[in-house]
Amino acid sequence: MISLSSPVKTAAHDWPAGLKLAALCVATVGLFYIESPLILAGVVTAILIAYTLPGRAFLRAGLAALKLLWPFIVIVAIWQAVIGELVQGAVIVMRMVSAVALANLVSMTTRLSDMIAVVRWLTTPLRRFGLSTAALEIAIALVIRMVPVLTNKGGRLTESWRARATRRPSWRLVLPFTLLALDDADHVGDALRARGGLTSERET
Amino acid sequence: MEKNVALIALFAALIAVLALIPKITLGFGVPITAQSLGIMLAGAVLGSKRGALAVLLFLLLVAVGLPLLAGGRGGLGVFFGPTGGFLFSWPLAAWLTGFIVEKWRSVPLGASVFVGAILGGIVLSYAMGIVGLSLALGKSLIESTSLMLVFIPGDMIKALIVAALTVSLSRARPSSVLSRH
Repeated sequence: MISLSSPVKTAAHDWPAGLKLAALCVATVGLFYIESPLILAGVVTAILIAYTLPGRAFLRAGLAALKLLWPFIVIVAIWQAVIGELVQGAVIVMRMVSAVALANLVSMTTRLSDMIAVVRWLTTPLRRFGLSTAALEIAIALVIRMVPVLTNKGGRLTESWRARATRRPSWRLVLPFTLLALDDADHVGDALRARGGLTSERET
Repeated sequence: MEKNVALIALFAALIAVLALIPKITLGFGVPITAQSLGIMLAGAVLGSKRGALAVLLFLLLVAVGLPLLAGGRGGLGVFFGPTGGFLFSWPLAAWLTGFIVEKWRSVPLGASVFVGAILGGIVLSYAMGIVGLSLALGKSLIESTSLMLVFIPGDMIKALIVAALTVSLSRARPSSVLSRH
């Protein structure tokens, strides 16, 4: 499966993922304390420069991820124009765009494996208390593997619907689809148990 | 243990795959996606605890950068965006849906799933989603609510579909509806 991390390798890919995530949290909270439109415009410009530095492909991928904000920018723009407070509107839009663009920047410059390493590190206290986090790790791997498997099965269900009906496939497919997923869960559960299960670590 | 891990992982994957179902556009131009249907279904079928864990696992994978949300979205940005409140509400929505189905046994299964999905998937989810929206857009809670009202009919339909699906599942595989076991 394709992760959202950028194909263009940047220097930021080698920075520690935990540090990037912590910095993102601090920066996002900080954004809500900036009231000055000039400072926010500076922040937006700085973020835009950060997106431009790694090259055109990176910029294009980054801007594509921000497209989801357009409807909200339009809503705020119209709203603020109607009540006649455009400066406040600009502050709201710039703050929103900066928060999402920064978070997106961290996602783009952090490899999936590094992110999962952070998750593993975050669950360290659980292991201290003797709880096994093996279940979480196997579950993450299972989802990544099962998404394409289920997509494939869903595709085949759609095809068999099309072979029999003239109408378009509808939500009715969700029932057989869920049954397939439940049956798969049965088999996967048995397979996990057959391979030693998840509790063996604690028993030994 | 293994069975539960497999169920939670499979439902997390199911929520992801439901996003691939082409969105239906209601008569008045509001798109509805099947993804939030998956959230309600996880609670209704797996029960409160496992349902919430399945949704948490799904969101964890979205957060680490997999494009599993409807429209191929994912990464950390979606959590900080205007609709982030809805994402944060999803584990609780699945939990509440499952909790109601587990506890309210004096009515037929379909009725308790419908009420659970309305309270969890609509009332609770919109309450948190609207708070997030009002923070991001700098609008009051009432103004933000008015922006979201158009989506509620679609979600009511989803709650009905989830109730019908859960009843059919309990007929096809009586043991599969864990919230009632």
